[in-house]
Amino acid sequence: MQVGSHSPPLPAPQPSCLELCGIRKGFGRFVVLDGISLTVRAGEVVAVVGPSGCGKSTLLDIVAGVTPADAGQLLWNGQPVPHLRGRVAYMQQRDLLLPWRSALHNALLGAQVRRRLHQALQEAPALFQQLGLAGFEHALPRELSGGMRQRVALARTVLAGGELWLLDEPFASVDALTRLELYHLLHKLWQGQPALLVTHDVREARRLAHRILVFSRPPTRVLAELTPREAREAVVLRLLAQRGGEL
Amino acid sequence: MTAARRRHPAHKGAPQAGACSAALARAAWRLVRAAVPALLLVGLWELAVQLWRIPPYLLPSPGRIGQELYLRHGLLAAHAAVTAGEVLAGFAVGSAAGFALALALDGWPALRRALVPWLVGSQAVPVFAVAPLLVLWFGYGLASKVAMASVITFFPVTVAALEGLRPDPDALRLMVALGASRGQILRHLKLPGAMPSVFAGLKVAASVSTIAAVIGEWVGARAGLGYLMTQANAQLRVSLVFASLVWLTGMGLALYGLVELAQRLWERRR
Repeated sequence: MQVGSHSPPLPAPQPSCLELCGIRKGFGRFVVLDGISLTVRAGEVVAVVGPSGCGKSTLLDIVAGVTPADAGQLLWNGQPVPHLRGRVAYMQQRDLLLPWRSALHNALLGAQVRRRLHQALQEAPALFQQLGLAGFEHALPRELSGGMRQRVALARTVLAGGELWLLDEPFASVDALTRLELYHLLHKLWQGQPALLVTHDVREARRLAHRILVFSRPPTRVLAELTPREAREAVVLRLLAQRGGEL
Repeated sequence: MTAARRRHPAHKGAPQAGACSAALARAAWRLVRAAVPALLLVGLWELAVQLWRIPPYLLPSPGRIGQELYLRHGLLAAHAAVTAGEVLAGFAVGSAAGFALALALDGWPALRRALVPWLVGSQAVPVFAVAPLLVLWFGYGLASKVAMASVITFFPVTVAALEGLRPDPDALRLMVALGASRGQILRHLKLPGAMPSVFAGLKVAASVSTIAAVIGEWVGARAGLGYLMTQANAQLRVSLVFASLVWLTGMGLALYGLVELAQRLWERRR
């Protein structure tokens, strides 16, 4: 993840980690995802941009095992799996810090659930230092600013030790300056885990992702796959306009 | 961040001199503020009784009630002890059963769908109508009053706990994605999140449990403040009825205070 410029292309073709083949999902008679296929390669960040209600978050929920797909297949390292529940690190738009837990205990939540608390406890001090949270380990969420809360959520994502990062508009709720700071931190902390990033913000996608998929309006299909260099806002908007969608 | 640093305990520094006495002064001021309206009301009551010469078998003066409280303190305390036992036992049984049922209903949605309409419907039955049945089934002793208090405390605790156990959907999504088991979701997300709601339910239960015990005693008992009130009322000793009411009020407030204290201890511990 490169901050301040377009993400570089991957040095060499990598094997696919995650493959989604013909994922379909509807709610009642309303079809949201209409046969979505995509791949995320090892060490790659793939961004999904699309209009509101096109099922971007639903797609992440399907991968995470929060909600089942109606049809389609999910492959992880070439093996078909029903979902990746318990193997992903999931960061959402809201920080979702539990108000009764301190910053440190919130950051350790994923590790605690996955029984890797000991390892996470050793990693936490350095991570808190990197995130500028040193000294705030015992602060409750209500004692932290919005940016700090989001950094604790980022620490929770990192310490969860997921094999795949699912980022659902993780910086949408913070102001522009904090967002820049968080891009920088994410860049520092990312260690080549494959990641699927959902965002409304084309510039964010260009900044963070190696490839960008543009989703149509529901019933949602993949309109285009672009490199960060190709994915200029005007191009994405033109693509969506052709299919009657808006970001 | 500056504001956050200021608020954070690590940056508070040493406790300032006089902070303790300031807290005491604030507490005393709160007490005075709470007592003033009550004292004003008691004063007006005393004045009205004296001014219009209201007979004591209709409305005794606060002074007369105070006298009764002092002179009959042994009798009142003995009956209050019986009622307190019934209230505490009923409160404990009803709250525990309500909390357990809420956990079961939360864990099994089918059970929830089947039972909740009956649970809500049961509240349409007046407590007075149930009291004679409970006395018939459990006798004149402690058991029928405990059952009565349990029945009345059960519902608010169940409803409050059930509402509290409903987590933030996004937090639940996060826990599921992390691979948390049902037990882990309950332990890390639902139970701690439900506690403020559970304490609110317990406070309501604490307030109504004394009512239930007294109703039970009115219907059939050999001791207790409710029993004492019916006896005193029959002999037109209205000041003793009021003295019993003062004890009951104190009992309700004490139980409410205990729940409040438990909540504060829980909040401090976490």
